[in-house]
Formats: sequence, structure tokens, C-alpha cells
Amino acid sequence: MSALLSVQGVHTFYGSIEALKGVDVTINEGEIVTLIGANGAGKSTLLMTICGKPQAREGRIVFAGEDITRLATHDLVRRGIAQSPEGRRIFPRMTVMENLQMGAIAVDDSHFDQDLEEVFTLFPRLKERITQRAGTMSGGEQQMLAIGRALMSRPRLLLLDEPSLGLAPLVVKQIFQAITAINRTKKMTVFMVEQNAFHALKLAHRAYVMVNGRITMTGSGAELLANEEVRSAYLEGGH
Amino acid sequence: MDYFIQQLINGLSLGAIYGLIAIGYTMVYGIIGMINFAHGEVYMIGSFIALITFLVLGVVGITWVPLALLLMLVFAMLLTSVYGWTIERIAYRPLRNSPRLAPLISAIGMSIFLQNYVQLLQGARSKPLQPIVTGSLTFFDGQVTISYVRLATIVLTLALMVGFTQLIQRTSLGRAQRACEQDKTMAALLGVNVDRVISLTFVMGAALAAVAGMMVMLIYGVIDFYIGFLAGVKAFTAAVLGGIGSLPGAMLGGVIIGLIEAFWSGYVGSEWKDVATFTILVMVLIFRPTGLLGRPEIEKV
Ligand SMILES: Nc1ncnc2c1ncn2[C@@H]1O[C@H](COP(=O)(O)OP(=O)(O)O)[C@@H](O)[C@H]1O
Ligand SMILES: [Mg+2]
Repeated sequence: MSALLSVQGVHTFYGSIEALKGVDVTINEGEIVTLIGANGAGKSTLLMTICGKPQAREGRIVFAGEDITRLATHDLVRRGIAQSPEGRRIFPRMTVMENLQMGAIAVDDSHFDQDLEEVFTLFPRLKERITQRAGTMSGGEQQMLAIGRALMSRPRLLLLDEPSLGLAPLVVKQIFQAITAINRTKKMTVFMVEQNAFHALKLAHRAYVMVNGRITMTGSGAELLANEEVRSAYLEGGH
Repeated sequence: MDYFIQQLINGLSLGAIYGLIAIGYTMVYGIIGMINFAHGEVYMIGSFIALITFLVLGVVGITWVPLALLLMLVFAMLLTSVYGWTIERIAYRPLRNSPRLAPLISAIGMSIFLQNYVQLLQGARSKPLQPIVTGSLTFFDGQVTISYVRLATIVLTLALMVGFTQLIQRTSLGRAQRACEQDKTMAALLGVNVDRVISLTFVMGAALAAVAGMMVMLIYGVIDFYIGFLAGVKAFTAAVLGGIGSLPGAMLGGVIIGLIEAFWSGYVGSEWKDVATFTILVMVLIFRPTGLLGRPEIEKV
């Protein structure tokens, strides 16, 4: 297997606060990798640092053989990285269709219709809501839209930040099924941050645990699911 | 009745001009959340560029009026856009991440600078111009006259607004512009060059203000370096009245202010017409700060 993304010794700061304190993560082509950790550990910061917002102060980020550490955020999507960020961040005053068009804004339109059909196959609900203003949809629908929008840019690497947050169990199940389907059928590489550690570890090929801006543990999903420390810290009281 | 229709036409053409300027205020506010107080001066510069173009065309011998007008329009829009772009680059972009007060002060400074700049280059005295477009339509046995210039102002503004609305609603540039208004970080994640979209917003606002500047010069036949102040405040009032951030609001607000001013001048007297506008500004800010078409923030995000 070859590394698609490699994060090497990355430090990220907000002002003088050091949010990432030397993070190393490797994602191989075709994998689903999950990152778990408590609130405030720095998970979202890592996904955003990969996208250059904020940029890493130290360390290197290499994607498909290219050093992307200092690239502008808006250039990354053309390299093949798409993110469904924390809080979904759909454009509330645009329609579902316009949000999906925004997802495709950086790629040439010749694939648009085909990509749109694929998103609708994955999330039929979006097709029913095509002309609705995105801000008036339910949380689950907004999450589907955020993932669909990311897919419209035909990424090689899909970054997902807490896609199940605040959603009803049935919707969570749909979302995770969709993520598996994206990975299997489109061979898309997925790097996913999750609070819902149980689901995420079951789904993922490999996983990382982050504590306080550092990676403290890594292994296959199954290994971490079985790990005592992980169980008591992230799974107790769960399922 | 005749008198009423006359004032109505005057008000609509004046309102069209305020509306064109107001769009620049409202779009810039929509995308970077600040009032570009130098925008009135952009309009003033647009009208000077139109005037200078006209004089240059006279020198080089292009005197066929339709062609001259077209060239004036094109040059005014293009060159004023360069000013709009430059103002953003110099006065606002370096302060993008500063506290809100900083760009505000920078805007006021830019406004004073541009006034002095034009005053220095063009002189402080007002520039009269012999009428370029003459003639008018008369109705009701000559009781109502609509000059071609006013008619052209209304028609041109309507056309520009239709085109502009299409641009914002239907094109990918327009979508990117609206996306940046709603969430710049997300727009960047999707591949939008946010700085470029902000620059383009200033360019579009300046181009529309230039049209307003040119039409005012044609209607009134006299301009000076100070016309941007009052027109700017009124267009800003129009933008607030319509709901700052709202495009249709800016157009509606412009027309309402234009009508109020025309009818006030026509029926009450021209002394107090500016006071009427400012009274509206104060009333709107007190009783309906979101304006007529502004959106109350109720969506869940
Ligand atoms: N925009 C920001 N400005 C300052 N501090 C931030 C910002 N975003 C996050 N932080 C801080 O960085 C740390 C990591 O946050 P985050 O990456 O959001 O954690 P997680 O996603 O794991 O919950 C936290 O201490 C948080 O308070
Ligand atoms: Mg987070």
C-alpha cells in the first residue's frame, strides 16, 4: 500500500495556544481511517490544518507525493482533498442544488450530471429536496448535503469531521452506510473524525487516538475496539 | 395630475441613480461586513472619468453622440472598476483580520483622500458641461416632459439590474459570491479564491456606481469633487432602508428615497429634502434596523 496522505511532525497554533503538538498520521490509498479523542483534543484542528486553515507552523503535510503544507486552502480541492467540516457548514440561504453546485465549483462541469446522480443514489432524500433552502432542512439532511457537496468535487481523499454528531440513531446508521459505500464502490480514501467511537472503529480499517494535541495510540479498528484503555476512555456508557 | 407624473418620473430617475450606488454599499457589506465609506467618492470619480472621456473624444474628433455615450459608459465603468479594486487592495485587505473599527477608519481616510485627490487634479470649482443629450418627450399638451436622459437613466438601470440579478443568481461567479457572504472558510474549502471574489465585489460595485456618476453628469450637467458625499449618504440610506446586504432591497430603497426626494422638492420645497432623507435613515435604524427586505436571522445553521 502507498501513502496517499502523510502528516509529519505537524504543530499548529491558534495565536500562542499550541493545538497540535507534533502529529504524525499516514493514510493509505483506499483506506477508511478514523481519528477519535475527547472534545478539544485537536481533531478538527488536524483536519483543518490538512486544508491549510490554519497552516501548520512546523512539520510537513504530503499528499500524493506533493508537499501541500504551504498551499492556499482554495488550491487543495483541485489536488483532490474535500472536507465535510465540523458543524456541516452548508450554505443555509442556498438551495440544495446550489450547495451541490458549489461543491463542484472547482472542477470542470463535464461530469456534473453524472456526479449529481451518484450523490442522489447515495442520498435519495437530497433529490426530493433539490429546490429547498438548505438552512430549513433537518440536521440529518444537512449532513447528507455536506457529504454530497464534498463528493461533487470528485476527491481522492474525503475528510469527514463528526458526521454523526447530533443525529438520531437511524440517521447515523444511514450516514455510516453511505460512508462505507463511498469507500467500497468509489474506492475513495476516507479520513474521519468521530465522537461515536464504537461505530467509527467498527467501520474503519485503521484508527488513531488523539489526546491533547498528540497521537497516543494507533492500530486497526478491531485492535482499538478491543483495547482496555480505549474502551474505558471512549466506549464506556456507549453501546 | 400632470405635476404628479412629472415628479414621479423625476423621482424614479433619481431613485435609479441611488439604487445603482446602493448596490455597491450593500454587496460590500454583505461580503466583508463593513460599510465602504469611500463608495460615494467612487461614484464621483466615475462621473469625472465620464466627463474626461467626453472631452478627450471631442479632441480626437469622435462627436457622433451615440458612439460618444457608449464609449463614455465603457471607459467610466472600466476605469472606475480599477479604482474600486485598488481601494480594496490598499485600504481594506491589509486590515482583513483587524478589529472592525480599523477598516472603518481606513474607509473614512480613503474617502477624504479621494476627494482631495480629485480636487487637486481637477480643481475645486464645479465643472459645467453643455448638454450632450437634449430633447424630451412631452405629454398632456406639454404639461409633462420626460427628458431623454432621464428616460435613458431609468431604462439603463432596469437593464443593468436585470442583468446583474441574473449574474448573481445564475452564474457560478454569483454563487461563489453568495457563498462567500455566508461562509468564507467553507467557500475556500470548496476551492473558491475568497480574496478574488471580494475584489470582484468591489469591481462590480464600482462599475455600477460609475454608471450612476455618468448619468448624473448628463442629467444635471455639472459635477464637482464633493458630489460623492451627499449622494453616498443617500445611497447608503437607501441600502439601509432596503435592508443592508439585500440586492433587491438596495434597488427598492433607492427608488423610495428618490421618490421621497422628488415629491418633497415638488410639493414642500427643496430646502428640506436632504433632511427628509436623513430622518428616514434615523427612523429605519430605530424601528426597523433590518430594513424592508433585510432578513431576520431565523434559519438553523
Ligand atoms: N479558532 C480557534 N481559536 C482558538 N482556539 C481554538 C480554535 N479552534 C480550536 N481551538 C482550541 O484548540 C483546541 C483543539 O480544538 P479542536 O481541534 O476543535 O478539538 P476537537 O475537534 O478534538 O474537539 C481546543 O483547546 C480548542 O479550544
Ligand atoms: Mg472537533
